[in-house]
Amino acid sequence: MLANLLLCLSITLMYSTPLLFGALGGVLSERSGVTNIGIEGMMNIGAMAGVAGSFITGNPWMGFLWAGIAGGLVAVLHAIASVRFAGDQTISGVAINLIAPGLALFWCRRLFDGAAMSKPITTLPKVFDTTQFGDSALASLDIDITVILGLIATLVLWFVLYRTKLGLHIRAVGEHPEAAETFGINVFHIRYSCVIASGVLAGLGGASVTLAIISQYTQTAISGQGFIALAAVIFGKWTPQGAYGACLLFGFTQALAIMLGGGNSIVPSQILAMLPYIMTIIVLVFFVGRSVAPKADGVPYVESK
Amino acid sequence: MNSTVAKILKKPITSAILAIVIGFAVAAIILLLAGYDPGGSFAALFAGALSKPKYISNVIIKATPLLLCGISVAFAFRVGLFNIGAEGQYIVGTIAATIVGILVDLPAPLEIPLVICVGTLAGAGLGALIGWLKAKFGIHEVITSIMFNWIALYLCNYVVSLDIFHQPNSTGSYPIHESGFTMILPNWKTSDEGMAALSNIPWLREVMVKTDVNIGIIVAIAAAIFINWLLKRTKRGYEMRAVGLNADASRFSGINVQKNLVLCMLISGALSGLAGVLNITGISPHGIATIAAFENYGFNGLSVAFIAGCSPLGCIPASLLFAGLIYGGQTLQQVMGTPSEIINIMIGTIVFCMALGNVIPMLINRSEHKRATKMLAQESVRGGDTHVS
Amino acid sequence: MEVSSDYAVQMHGIVKTFGTFRALDGVDLDVHKQSIHAILGENGAGKSTLMNVLYGLLNADEGEVYLNGERVDIQNPQDAIKHGIGMVHQHFMLVENFTVTENIVLGEEICSTAGVLDMAGARKEVERIIDEYGLEVDPGAKIEDISVGMQQRVEILKALYRGCDTLILDEPTSVLTPQEITQLIKIMRELVEKGKTIIIITHKLKEIMESADKCTIIRRGKYMGTVDVSKSSEEELASKMVGRHVDLSVDKTPAKPGKVVLSVKDLHVKDARGIEQVCGLNLDVHAGEIVGLAGIDGNGQNEFIEALCGLTKSESGTVTVNDEEIQNKTPREIIDHKVSTIPADRQRFGLVLPFTVAENTVLERHNENKFGAGITLDYTRVREFANSLIKEFDIRPEDCMDHPVGGLSGGNQQKVIIARQVSSDPDLLIAVQPTRGLDVGAIEFVHNTLIRERDKGMAILLISLELDEVMDVADTIDVIHRGQIVGSFKQHTVSGEKVGLLMAGGGKHE
Repeated sequence: MLANLLLCLSITLMYSTPLLFGALGGVLSERSGVTNIGIEGMMNIGAMAGVAGSFITGNPWMGFLWAGIAGGLVAVLHAIASVRFAGDQTISGVAINLIAPGLALFWCRRLFDGAAMSKPITTLPKVFDTTQFGDSALASLDIDITVILGLIATLVLWFVLYRTKLGLHIRAVGEHPEAAETFGINVFHIRYSCVIASGVLAGLGGASVTLAIISQYTQTAISGQGFIALAAVIFGKWTPQGAYGACLLFGFTQALAIMLGGGNSIVPSQILAMLPYIMTIIVLVFFVGRSVAPKADGVPYVESK
Repeated sequence: MNSTVAKILKKPITSAILAIVIGFAVAAIILLLAGYDPGGSFAALFAGALSKPKYISNVIIKATPLLLCGISVAFAFRVGLFNIGAEGQYIVGTIAATIVGILVDLPAPLEIPLVICVGTLAGAGLGALIGWLKAKFGIHEVITSIMFNWIALYLCNYVVSLDIFHQPNSTGSYPIHESGFTMILPNWKTSDEGMAALSNIPWLREVMVKTDVNIGIIVAIAAAIFINWLLKRTKRGYEMRAVGLNADASRFSGINVQKNLVLCMLISGALSGLAGVLNITGISPHGIATIAAFENYGFNGLSVAFIAGCSPLGCIPASLLFAGLIYGGQTLQQVMGTPSEIINIMIGTIVFCMALGNVIPMLINRSEHKRATKMLAQESVRGGDTHVS
Repeated sequence: MEVSSDYAVQMHGIVKTFGTFRALDGVDLDVHKQSIHAILGENGAGKSTLMNVLYGLLNADEGEVYLNGERVDIQNPQDAIKHGIGMVHQHFMLVENFTVTENIVLGEEICSTAGVLDMAGARKEVERIIDEYGLEVDPGAKIEDISVGMQQRVEILKALYRGCDTLILDEPTSVLTPQEITQLIKIMRELVEKGKTIIIITHKLKEIMESADKCTIIRRGKYMGTVDVSKSSEEELASKMVGRHVDLSVDKTPAKPGKVVLSVKDLHVKDARGIEQVCGLNLDVHAGEIVGLAGIDGNGQNEFIEALCGLTKSESGTVTVNDEEIQNKTPREIIDHKVSTIPADRQRFGLVLPFTVAENTVLERHNENKFGAGITLDYTRVREFANSLIKEFDIRPEDCMDHPVGGLSGGNQQKVIIARQVSSDPDLLIAVQPTRGLDVGAIEFVHNTLIRERDKGMAILLISLELDEVMDVADTIDVIHRGQIVGSFKQHTVSGEKVGLLMAGGGKHE
């Protein structure tokens, strides 16, 4: 029984962690007023950069760093389009989702002799390493260090947004940029920073798939997590803690689907696979109600000088 | 700069053409930096799409679902909705078409309309559901769309796995009955008299025999014309555009915003569903298969719509361009050793440039302003009439 | 004027252009220290532009600014604040779902270590300033929950918190009652006594006469002179402002009211948060009569209007138009009962800005057969109709039909809306804030249109936060307070003070 519970917990945490990084990125970007549809693409490039870093330097933490940088660099594109040029943020995000995975796969082929998947690489450590914890129950709680990092990121983001000067500025920019400008806050600086930071987080999310869960980069490493993360942002009402809960819920429903499906079950595996998505909709309908985005979210800010 | 040039530069189509040029330029730069041959690659790309009649035919065939999904997204965008669920609506269209096409066997004049209707209705139903959830509960269409995309994918796999539909020793379903095919003269073209008749027109023979020529593109173009007419010339289209531009004012003036949103998603879903149907009826294997990941018809529809500036008629050239790039790009790896992903990067860059769509008009307005202030500073100012526009 | 340290603010030769439009054409301003200096001009004259230059929101193309006799270069609001200039904007620059305290300290937060907010300390500081200047407001309340008058105080506190010496108030009285205006003038005088200098931007002649020491007049971006208010009059100010002799009274014949068109009985309406805002309202409007609803913002007018238009449900009570009940019907059904509304927020509710002028003229009527049989919309007929309206209502520029309505001036946009609503020949016209943001000429036009339609037999309900407008234009004046009508008077039978008193909730027991 305990083993089952622990298994469920590990699967939940495993699935939710990449989503969480992406969702935290989404929260940060949208709180400053810029919609970021491109999380999927940024996760993808991060996934590849993480593998590249680990492969080339032999150190998975370097890979993790590279992943964040890659995501951030791609986000610069989005920032330039959305902030500097007041372009359509939805279209820019969609473009990122085409460019970034293309770049990632291009890079993969260059690095691994034309193959569409990478060689296995050194991964990030687990939290409860079997060598240290032996046979105890904790050892069966198979979670990667990225789970802890995700939790820390959530707490940090919450603290910054709600307890610091910077967070107050970010939220002001997302609600009423004209007013923020008159308070002496530089709207462009804040939005640039938040968009790039969201790219960094998304990149880290991608790496938490390839450097921890599947231990390599493949074309399908990131297939849809970025969009689920987006859903988590809306679901979680644009707060870090809400996003955390949403991602956990999603991970949990995935875990349920897997555990119910293992072995002989009456319900066909495809129907079980649908379960997380159906449950999300049901929860939305009955419990969440109308989500209200930050007032200036998605509206390009045009300075009048 | 003189004003006719300025006017031309401000037109939306100029942005699209510039975007395409920049897309090619960026791809060329990346290829150069990575040590590949851009000139040769582009030549291979064009050859791969246009050098033989059968290639051109395949490009048109591939463009068909992209056109319909593109119209679907463009239409929804005009009404203020982001239909990222085109993918799921496409899939349910294929599922419904396959189910009916396998279970029901009627003569062609009945079978074809039936299959098309059912598939389109399936897409319409899913779209309407997404629209209704937004209207009634305020749930953002992006989340529900994303969820339904996945549900549709697994539903497809489930249907394929059922014994009635599953073709043994394969990962796919049975094909639908031949009476449901929308291909052009499939039996005649392979018959003796057909082959004889075609042997005199080599390009036509190549096109008919080697590709799945079907009426899909005609249906798709008709749909583009219809949606364009709907938006611009009808009262319903006026209402929908108003809702997309200002839902508050629309509500205030008596327009039923909820109804229009649901109707819009219904139509949008129908178009994507139709794309799915036509792919089943028009192209082999005429059935659905177990899919591990999305085939991206719906997602590519997003790109097509944006390249077209969300204009239904604009989706026609945009879908052909997109299909040409993807199809021609497939051969890049084999012919030139260039990774085919460069095509994705190119398309992404084009879409990205479309996001900056208003930059060029903005820059032109700025330079016009500079010129005007210079002129004004040189004039002497008397208490004249300065117009408040 | 000579540059000298007797003056808190001096602006000489300010020029600012937007594209080809010369908003400010060599304007001068000299403000004595510790005085209340008014800047008078019509809407669009350039007064706000001038102050935006002073406050650093805009950069002038030419000209110099001196503070206390020294030349300064103000690039952005931060510079202005550093130099001791504070500004209270006409459209409040407040973040709605932040608290009063958060809004006051935003940008100048009190922090403990390394950027961590010290909100307790911030609150203490805010409370100190509230006490020092006597501006009562709840530091913990959210902006979206407090009244407009309170929000204005928050704006003033923002400036005081930053240690301003010169305070610019941009159209501060447009949302206040007579009592609140008196209160504001008192606060201004107290601030001056404490050493501050106040610049007030306004087009309200009465307030200038009551509060200002000097007045600078700007017309169409040009400097028209500075007068000593104690030696001037409303008429002199008005004619300098407009450039011609202005008759400040509204010309109208007495009303000849007919049968009851609109009858509201015991209406109860809740707001979005479930709090009852309309608490048993009774009101009648007759054909050929203008009923003006006077009240302070936030006393139920918005909920009342939304219920009348079908945008909100009412809890109980009836609303009848021509003896047919319309409460809780859809906007479409209400419009079909020959009710037309001119909304308060013209850009949000009245127009689809990217649509052309022609498309906007048929916004409520696009489904009529007049504009096309069946499902198609006949644009030829639409344009013919639009053309007739443009001519009849003198909408400028004349060839605007195919241009986006967003390119028209505020006054002309309002004309489009009025043309549209009036030409559908309703039995009841509800006009909400119809002259907000319009200049004297456009205001005259709107009032004349209302009176003309009234004479043709239309029933008109005029809801306005400008008490003067209600007193001048309406035949019957109903006063709303806390969601009920607390007084109803025929025009010219009641004083502005009495109405103001009722608006604020006093004087009911006479």
